[in-house]
Amino acid sequence: MTSAPPIISLNQVSKSFGKSGAASSYVAVDRLDLQIGRGQLLALLGKTGCGKSTIFNMIAGLTEPTSGDVTVDGRNPFREFDSFRGKMAIVFQGDRLLPWRTAVQNVELGLEMLDVPAAKRREAAMHWLDTLGLRGHENDYPHALSGGMRQRVSIARAFATNANILLCDEPFSALDEMTGRTLRAEFVKLVRENGKTAVFITHSINEALEIGDRIVVLKRPANIAIDLPLTSATAVAEKEAIRHQIQSVLAA
Amino acid sequence: MTMPEATSPTTSGWSGVLGKRGLTYVLPFVVVAALWQIASLFFPPFLFPSLIDVFKRCIDILTSWGQFSDVLATVGRILAGLAGAFLIGAALAVLMVRSRAVHDFLSPILTLFQGIPALSWVVFAIIWFHGIEPRIFFIMVMTTLPAFTFQVLGALQAMSRDLMEMVMSFRPTRAKLFRVMIIPAVLPDILTAWKVNLGNASRVVVVAELVGATGGVGYELLQQQQVFDMAGALAWTLQLVFFVLIAQAVLTFVEGIAFRYRAVSERTL
Repeated sequence: MTSAPPIISLNQVSKSFGKSGAASSYVAVDRLDLQIGRGQLLALLGKTGCGKSTIFNMIAGLTEPTSGDVTVDGRNPFREFDSFRGKMAIVFQGDRLLPWRTAVQNVELGLEMLDVPAAKRREAAMHWLDTLGLRGHENDYPHALSGGMRQRVSIARAFATNANILLCDEPFSALDEMTGRTLRAEFVKLVRENGKTAVFITHSINEALEIGDRIVVLKRPANIAIDLPLTSATAVAEKEAIRHQIQSVLAA
Repeated sequence: MTMPEATSPTTSGWSGVLGKRGLTYVLPFVVVAALWQIASLFFPPFLFPSLIDVFKRCIDILTSWGQFSDVLATVGRILAGLAGAFLIGAALAVLMVRSRAVHDFLSPILTLFQGIPALSWVVFAIIWFHGIEPRIFFIMVMTTLPAFTFQVLGALQAMSRDLMEMVMSFRPTRAKLFRVMIIPAVLPDILTAWKVNLGNASRVVVVAELVGATGGVGYELLQQQQVFDMAGALAWTLQLVFFVLIAQAVLTFVEGIAFRYRAVSERTL
C-alpha cells in the first residue's frame, strides 16, 4: 500500500482466545496482513468486537499472536518488550490517569521510566500541558478535572515521551461531540507537526474520515475488508463516496 | 443598611460545632468513668478502685523507668511481630498472585492457621523455642500472618487492570512498577490491615507475655492478678490502650497525607 518501508508490519497474524479447537475457542484476528508506513496516520475502523483492540494490543506488545509475525521497527514488540521503552506511546479509551498523581505527575510518568532527570521531566510535562491548554491545572488531581481535561492529560502523557509511534484506542469515544472534535483536531495537528506514526482505532466513520490519511476497515474476525488511502486533497464528494462504501462494508 | 446573613459558620459557630463533636466523643467515656467512680464508693478497692488510685498508678508507671520499660518492651514486641508478619505476608501474597499453584497450596494452610487459637500458638512456642523473645515473636507472627497475607493478596488482586496495563505500556522496570503503581495502589488496604492487626496484636501480646515472659504488660498484669490489685491491673491495661490509640492516630495521620488525592463527596454514607 505504501512505498516507504513499513514501520509496523503484521504478517498472517491470527489471534484466538481459549483452547484451540475447543467449542469455547474464539478467533479474534484471522490471518491479517497489514503494513503501516513511517509517518502514516492510520485509522483502523470496525464494528464493536471485531478485534480492533486485539490488533492494538499485539502491536503494543501487550499480547502475543497465536500465529504469524508482528514486527515494529523490525523487532517483535512482545518478546522484545523492554526494547520499546520510549519508542511507543499509547492513548487509551479511558484516560487511565493514576488517581494518586497530579496532572503534571501523570504526564511525567513515561519520562520517569526513561530516567529523565526531574527538572527536565517537569519542563517537558509543563510544555505538553501548556500545549493542550491545561496550564494552571498541573497540580490538580484527576478527580478535580473534567473528562475532556483528563483525556488531554493522557494525550500529553503520550506525547511527552516523544515516542515515534502513537497507538490510540478510541481515545475520544467517551467525550461529548464538541470536546471530542476539538481534541481530535488538536491530536491530528500534533501528530503531523511532530512527524509521528499513529494507529488510531475507532468505530466511528466520521472520526476515521477526519483523522486518517489511510482508513482500513475490518471485518469480523479481524481481517481487512477494504483499505482506503486518503489525502488532504480528497474532495468532499469523494469522502462521501468513501463513507457510503464503508457503510456498505460494515453493514454486510 | 443591613449586613447579609452569613451562610457559613462564623469562628464562634465553628468552635460550637467542634465543641459539640468533642462532647459527643468524650461523653461515653465520662459516663463509664462516672459509673466506675460511683461503684468505687460502694465496693472494696480490689473490685472497683477509685479512679484517682488508677490515675496515680498510671503516673507511677509512666514516671518510673523500671515500669515504663515494661510498656516499651511490649510495644516493641507488638511492632516487631507486626513488621515480621507484614513482610512475610506481603512476600507470600506476591507469590500467590504470581502463581496459581502457590496460591492453591498456601491458601488452605493460611486458613488452617487462622483457626488455631492464640493460646495454642503460645503453647507451641513454649515447647519449640527456648528464649522469651523468639517465643513471643513467633506467636505474634503466626497469629497475624494469615490476616496480613489475605489482606495484601486481596489488595493486589483488586488492583485496576486498566491502570496496570497503562503503566506496563511504558515498559517500567520491576522496581519502578512497584514504586509508581503497585505500592500506591495497595497502600490504602495495607494501612487498613495494619489498623486491624494492631488491635489483634495488642490482645495477643498480653496472652503471650502472661504465659511466657518475665517482663512486659502481660507479665505485669499477672503480678497484679496475684495480689488482687485491680488499680494496678487497670493502669497496666490502660498503657496498652494508650499505645493502640496513639498508633491508630499515627496511621490515621499517615492516611490523611497519603490519600489527600481522594475525592470527597458532599454526601457521605
